[in-house]
Amino acid sequence: MHGHTSIWFFSGILLLAYGVIITATGLWELAHPPAHPPVLYQLHAPIWWGAMMTVAGLIYTFRFHPGTWGKH
Amino acid sequence: MFVALAPAAALTAAFAAPARSLVHLSGIDIAVIAIYFAIVIYIGFYLKGTSNTSEEFFMAGREMTAWIAGLSFVSANLGSLELMGWAGSAYQYGILATHWYWIGAIPAMLFLGIIMMPFYYISKTHSVPGYLHLRFGDGARALSAVCFAFMTVLMSGINMYSMAIVMKVVLGWNLNFSIWVSSITVAIYVALGGLRSAIFNEVLQFLLIWLGALLIPILGLVEAGGWSNLKAQITERMGSSYIHLWSTTAHFRDNPMGIHWTGIVFGLGLVISFGYWTTDFLVVQRVLSAHNLRSARMSPIIGAAFKMAVPFIVILPGLLALSVLPFHLVPQDIAVRTGQHSYNEVLPLMLVRYCGPGLLGLGVTALIAGFMSGMAGNVSAFATVWTYDIYGAFMNKKASDSHYVAMGRWCTFVGVLISVGTAYLVQHAASIMDYVQALFSFFIAPLFGTVILGMLWKRATKAGGFWGLLAGTCTAIGLWAWVRSDPSALRYVALSTDAKAMAEDMYRALWSWLACVIVTIVVSYMTQPRPDKELEGLVYGVSKLPEEHDDHWYQKPTVWATVIAVIFVGLNIIFW
Repeated sequence: MHGHTSIWFFSGILLLAYGVIITATGLWELAHPPAHPPVLYQLHAPIWWGAMMTVAGLIYTFRFHPGTWGKH
Repeated sequence: MFVALAPAAALTAAFAAPARSLVHLSGIDIAVIAIYFAIVIYIGFYLKGTSNTSEEFFMAGREMTAWIAGLSFVSANLGSLELMGWAGSAYQYGILATHWYWIGAIPAMLFLGIIMMPFYYISKTHSVPGYLHLRFGDGARALSAVCFAFMTVLMSGINMYSMAIVMKVVLGWNLNFSIWVSSITVAIYVALGGLRSAIFNEVLQFLLIWLGALLIPILGLVEAGGWSNLKAQITERMGSSYIHLWSTTAHFRDNPMGIHWTGIVFGLGLVISFGYWTTDFLVVQRVLSAHNLRSARMSPIIGAAFKMAVPFIVILPGLLALSVLPFHLVPQDIAVRTGQHSYNEVLPLMLVRYCGPGLLGLGVTALIAGFMSGMAGNVSAFATVWTYDIYGAFMNKKASDSHYVAMGRWCTFVGVLISVGTAYLVQHAASIMDYVQALFSFFIAPLFGTVILGMLWKRATKAGGFWGLLAGTCTAIGLWAWVRSDPSALRYVALSTDAKAMAEDMYRALWSWLACVIVTIVVSYMTQPRPDKELEGLVYGVSKLPEEHDDHWYQKPTVWATVIAVIFVGLNIIFW
C-alpha cells in the first residue's frame, strides 16, 4: 500500500479530533455540572477517555504521517 | 453528498428527537457524528485514483497487510445488528449468547487461516463462486453466485431497515433520513474506492466501535461492583443458567435458549460457523486482498483474536443490564404494544446510562459505523460476485478490464438501491424479514459441505459438487417448510419438542450439510473423476503449497493459531 496515505494516519486524525472534543466537553462539564448527570458522573469518564484518545491520536498521526510513513 | 447538500432545516428536523426517543443529542454529539461522515466520504474520494483496474477495484490490488485484512475481516461481520442484537440476546438468554462469538466463530476462523486459505489464495480466485468454478465447473458456480448475490443485497436491506428502526426509537430520527443518508454514504465511498475504500473504512469503523462501546462494560462493572458481584446479582434475579456457557446445556429445558450442547457443537460450531466464516464471500473477500500467503493466513487468526474479545463490548453490557437497569426489557412485539423498552435497545440504554455529551455522540457513531461496515461488506461482495461470476461468466465474457470496473461501480449503486428497496418492502411486510434470513441460512451450510469436500477430497467430481449443493439447499428449505406447516415436526428436526427457534436453525443446518456431503460423495463415486493435474492448486494432496520462509518461530501462523486456540479452550472452561 505504499504510495498513498496509511489508514493508520486517518485513524490517528479521527482519534485526535474526537479526543480533543471529548476531553474539552469533560472539562467544560467539570466547571458547569449538568442538571441530569449520567450514572458514575463523578468518575469524569470524558476527561480520561478523551485524553487517552488524544494521546493515541497524536502518536498515530505523527507515526504514520505521509511525510514519515514509508521511511520505516 | 446528500449530507452536504441537504438544507439545514431538513437536518435539524431529522435530528430533532420526539418525546419518546431515548437520547437527546447535543450539538457536540452531532459534530462527532458529522466528522465521521466527512472522513469516510473523504477516504472514498481520496482512494478513487487507486481503483482503476479490476484487481484494484474488486480485490484492493491484493496489497493489504495481515493486520488491515484481519481487522476488516472481523469488522465486516460486526454490523450494528450484530452489536445490538447480541447485546439484546445476552439480556434475554444470558451468557449462552457468547457461543456465537467463541465456538461459533473461533475454530472456523483458525481453520480458514491454517487449512483453507492456501487453496483460496494460490488458486488466485476472485471469489468463493470463482473457486467453485475452478473446482466444480459452471453449474456450482452459477447456483452459488446467484443465491449469494441476491441474498446479500436482500440481507443488506433488512439490516438497513432494522438499523433505521433503532435510530428512530433511540434517537427519534426519521426513518427515510437514516436509510438514505447512510446508504448513499456507503454507495459513494465503495463505488469510488472499491474494496480498498471499504476495507479502509472498516478498519476505521472497527476502532470506532471499540472506542464507542468499551466504556459501557468498564463503567458497568464499576457500578455492579465487579464480576463476582455481577454474577451473584444475576443468579439471584434470573437463576444460575444465565451465567454458565455449557453446564446447563445437557437438556433443552435447563437453559433459557432451549438448546442442547450437541446443537451448539455440531450445528453451530461445526456447520453454521464453518459455513459462514470459511465460505461466505462477504468475509472471505477481505482475506483474499492480503498481499501474500502468509498475510492471508494470518488475517483470520488476527481476526479471531479480536472476535474472541467482542463479547466484552456486546455480551457483557447485556448481562450488566440484567443487574443495573431498574426496569425489565421485553420482546419487540410487546414493546411496540406497551411502550416498554425492547431487548434490542439494551446497548443504547446502557450508553445513555453512562455517557454524557460527546461520549454519547461517540457511542451513536459506533452504532452507525457498525451498520455502515456491514453494509459496505455486503455491497462490495455483491458487486464482485455479480461482475465476475454472473455478468463476466455468463453474459459478457470478453469485455475489457475497464468495462468490468465500470460495471462494478454501477453494481455498487444498484446493490444499494436494491437494499433500500428491500428496506421499504420489509417496512410494509415484516414477515419478509424472517423469510429472507431463513433463505440465507439455507444456503450457507450446504455451501460449506461443497467447498470443504472440493478442497480436501480429490475424488469429488463436478456433478457431485453441483448435485450435493442443490440437495443440501433443498433439504434445508424442505425441513424449514415442514416445521412451518406442522410445528410438531420440530421433535424430528431439532430432536426435542422443548427445542426453540435457535436450536431448530442449528439442527436444520446440520442435516442440510450432511445431505450435501452424502449426495456429493454418492454422485462423485458414480461419475468420472478429474485427472490430478487439473486439480493442482485446488485440492489438498495434489497441490504443492508455496513454502513460507519465516525468520522467527513467532512469525508462523500456526504458532498464533495455537495460542488463540488455547485461550479459546481456557475461556470456555473458565465460564463453563
